[in-house]
Amino acid sequence: MATETPGKTHSVGGLTMFLAFVSKEAKHVLRDRRSLFILLGLPIVMMTLFGFALSNEVKNTNFVVLDQVPDAETIALTDRLAESRYFTFVGRVESEDEITKFFRRGDARLAVVFPSNFDHDLHHVHHAQVLLLADDSDPNTAKTVTNYATAIIGQHQVEMANGQHRQGGIRVQTRMLYNPQLKSSYMFVPGVMTLLVMLLGAMMTSVSIVREKERGTMEILLVSPMHPLLLILGKAVPYMLLSLIDVVIILLLSYGVLDLPWGANIPLLMAESLLFILTTLALGLVISNGVEQQQTAMFISLVGLLMPALVFSGFMFPIENMPMPLQVLGNVVPTRWFYEIASKIMIKHVGFASVVKPTLILAGMTILFMLVAWRTFRQRL
Amino acid sequence: MSEPVIVAENLTRRFGDFTAVDAISLEVSGGEIFGFLGANGAGKTTAMRIFCGLLEPSSGRASVAGFDAMTEPEKIKNEIGYMSQKFSLYSKLTVKENIRFFAGVYGLSRKQAKEKTSEIVDQLGLANTADALVTDLPLGWKQRISFAVATVHEPKVVFLDEPTGGVDPIVRRQFWDMIYEAAERGITVFVTTHYMDEAEYCDRISIMVDGAIAAMGKPADLCKQYAVPTIEDVFISLARKATRHGD
Amino acid sequence: MAGEGQAVVVDGICKSYGGDVQALQNVSFEVKPGELFGLIGPDGAGKTTLLRILTTLLLADSGSASVHGLDVRREFSAIRGIVGYMPGKFSLYQDLSVEENLNFFATVFGTTVKANYHLVEDIYRQLEPFKTRLAGNLSGGMKQKLALCCALIHAPTVLFLDEPTTGVDPVSRKDFWGMLGRLRDSGIAIVVSTPYMDEAARCERIALIQKGQIIAMDSLAGILASNQTETYAVRGEGLLGVLKALRAYPETRYCYAFGQEHHLVLKGDADPKGAESFLRAQGHQDVSFRRIEPTIEDVFIALMQDQADV
Repeated sequence: MATETPGKTHSVGGLTMFLAFVSKEAKHVLRDRRSLFILLGLPIVMMTLFGFALSNEVKNTNFVVLDQVPDAETIALTDRLAESRYFTFVGRVESEDEITKFFRRGDARLAVVFPSNFDHDLHHVHHAQVLLLADDSDPNTAKTVTNYATAIIGQHQVEMANGQHRQGGIRVQTRMLYNPQLKSSYMFVPGVMTLLVMLLGAMMTSVSIVREKERGTMEILLVSPMHPLLLILGKAVPYMLLSLIDVVIILLLSYGVLDLPWGANIPLLMAESLLFILTTLALGLVISNGVEQQQTAMFISLVGLLMPALVFSGFMFPIENMPMPLQVLGNVVPTRWFYEIASKIMIKHVGFASVVKPTLILAGMTILFMLVAWRTFRQRL
Repeated sequence: MSEPVIVAENLTRRFGDFTAVDAISLEVSGGEIFGFLGANGAGKTTAMRIFCGLLEPSSGRASVAGFDAMTEPEKIKNEIGYMSQKFSLYSKLTVKENIRFFAGVYGLSRKQAKEKTSEIVDQLGLANTADALVTDLPLGWKQRISFAVATVHEPKVVFLDEPTGGVDPIVRRQFWDMIYEAAERGITVFVTTHYMDEAEYCDRISIMVDGAIAAMGKPADLCKQYAVPTIEDVFISLARKATRHGD
Repeated sequence: MAGEGQAVVVDGICKSYGGDVQALQNVSFEVKPGELFGLIGPDGAGKTTLLRILTTLLLADSGSASVHGLDVRREFSAIRGIVGYMPGKFSLYQDLSVEENLNFFATVFGTTVKANYHLVEDIYRQLEPFKTRLAGNLSGGMKQKLALCCALIHAPTVLFLDEPTTGVDPVSRKDFWGMLGRLRDSGIAIVVSTPYMDEAARCERIALIQKGQIIAMDSLAGILASNQTETYAVRGEGLLGVLKALRAYPETRYCYAFGQEHHLVLKGDADPKGAESFLRAQGHQDVSFRRIEPTIEDVFIALMQDQADV
């Protein structure tokens, strides 16, 4: 008896198979409220939480003024600070002892000390000094507070310069770079984006593949004539789209709600995001090839990817402050490079030329992970 | 015949407007092996949960070991053992650890638990594997250990929810030997199974169809009554009349 | 090539996991087109491993196997197009509906439900009223039918079913075997594994498999005919007491409970009369002995005992 021709029923092409696969994945996601919440709710929740937590941090900081000889300039500066939404003027003090009392009671976190010759120096020497005293019991806040005050004084000075004082003025040593409106909330936007894309891309992909292994459906898919490459792509594409949706949600929230300043090159940012999404999907595939249980996949994604992402991206802890070996180690973490790219584009508003190096590194890593994913994918059990 | 240990009188349980268990009545006496049969979705699991004190009846009465399922479910739980193939033992604990753990759960003292553990290990001939992880044991051994664990506190009744399956004929019989021995000690055995040849091991069986008991009696008598050679034939002729589908 | 025209040829397959676990030892058999072949044995006997080798999901350590003349090792992708496979535990997508599952599997196997509806019509008609229900909410019997539809929708010429009747009630099991019979009649070769001996009668030929080895292979009638161990059914009041007494009788080779009676096999050509008087001496007065034709379970037990005695 002749063997039946294999493939006699192949009336359906690869594209149809692929689309069927993608729509099946979409149904899984839409019907599982938990994953839907993770996918769409998490970016909103994280953006809101970080937005509130970080912008409240330095709002309405109480400050006092020690001004031995009040004059027009010092009063103008004091008013300027008091008007800002970051500071609340609580009173004048007569001595440094009094400042300490305010600090101890927690009634103020910043004191502005004008020397008695402030006005004279400003107008005649063109060189005046202001002393900012901050409550350093919380060093991070103190640093932010002094930075803000310095920046406000600087701004004041710039505006004055348009008037009579063309040269010289109050010397500002710390400047607030890349964040002219003094909103600390902006720095977390690329951070949240990096973390979310990493978490969703790698975890959702690996978990959804491993679920098929657990359920036994992977056995049938492997026995089907569908090419393994289509299988992998069919898994990757839906989560790529979802990750892109998350990036869009984050951007909409950033510009619509958090007033992130315009000026970033959005097409460039989207392109870079796409690259990073590919990195995370490849990582997810690598994870799924090695494990058999959903729990394991989730655990590896969280501990193996999210933890290093948090530590080494530079978003929570500045990389420059880390010991050398850790800094070197941080270089192999892909999130570190995407955070660098995203924060440069979103906050510094730079173009592609300034992010070529991290982009190339990230692309190299992506290709490597994809090769590993392809090599470790087993066409048998 | 001794006092009935399990009693149901017009026992009914509804979920919304769906009647899972529809006015069933039965009596099972001490030391009896009672087979509780029915198709998927016939209401077996619901009835068994009521007997175990896990679900309240909507109407009618159920009592197990003299305690009412409605008012004294906690007392019932002290008098029963439960085994299911789905959940039985902790696979990452050793045989001994499992037995001791469940002995503790069932309220045995530390000393009793220790004695009982070595008793079971001897009985099942597990001396060489008592310290092996359960996960490494063959299925047949796991089933026998599960049964020993479910009866470690000498309960009045042991409920077996599809306890066997997938083992070779000798191992299956070794399991039934244990059931017979438990019944001999006076433990009532209440067992559900999809395998009709197992039904023939029971003293009496009932067959549930659409929430109600469609037939009840000794296996041989039922075959005579329906004039068919096997219980499977009785079952199929009854279950074919079912109108319900699904679980 | 040997086995020309056979749907499945298995020749000397060995497979071990991690060195010491010998899952399959030198397994050989052939299945013809239009034959329903049963692999019958307990959990852990090697049935799943064997089916996975035949569906190209696992590689054997040694030996060879082919499906429709295609080698499972070298020509695995061609095999994947022509076999239907139903792994254990009804591998369906629980969160997709009946209809969506069927459509999905049709598409990944390169076809459409419309094109091959006639193949599954018989079975699918029973599922039709529930086609929008999620597979996760179906009863065991329905899941089993849907899984079979999904395995059949691409018109396979060989069907591999791994324990399709486990956990399913007797009515659904009976229906299911009826469907397999009709598929066989349409010319499909079917290899089905089951731990339940009573399902042997449904197959043309069966292989009894135990600890990775085939211990008997033939039609059910053939297996029964070639294993005529003298077997007695013993009845009596107090089943456990009778069983213990029979096991204590010195001439007993082995004795096991079979429902409401016991099946007894004596050593050599010992006379059952001796056992009967032994029982009476033990106080079991109302016992009856009856010579019976061994069932498939008796044969399995006999073969296992033979192996143990070697």
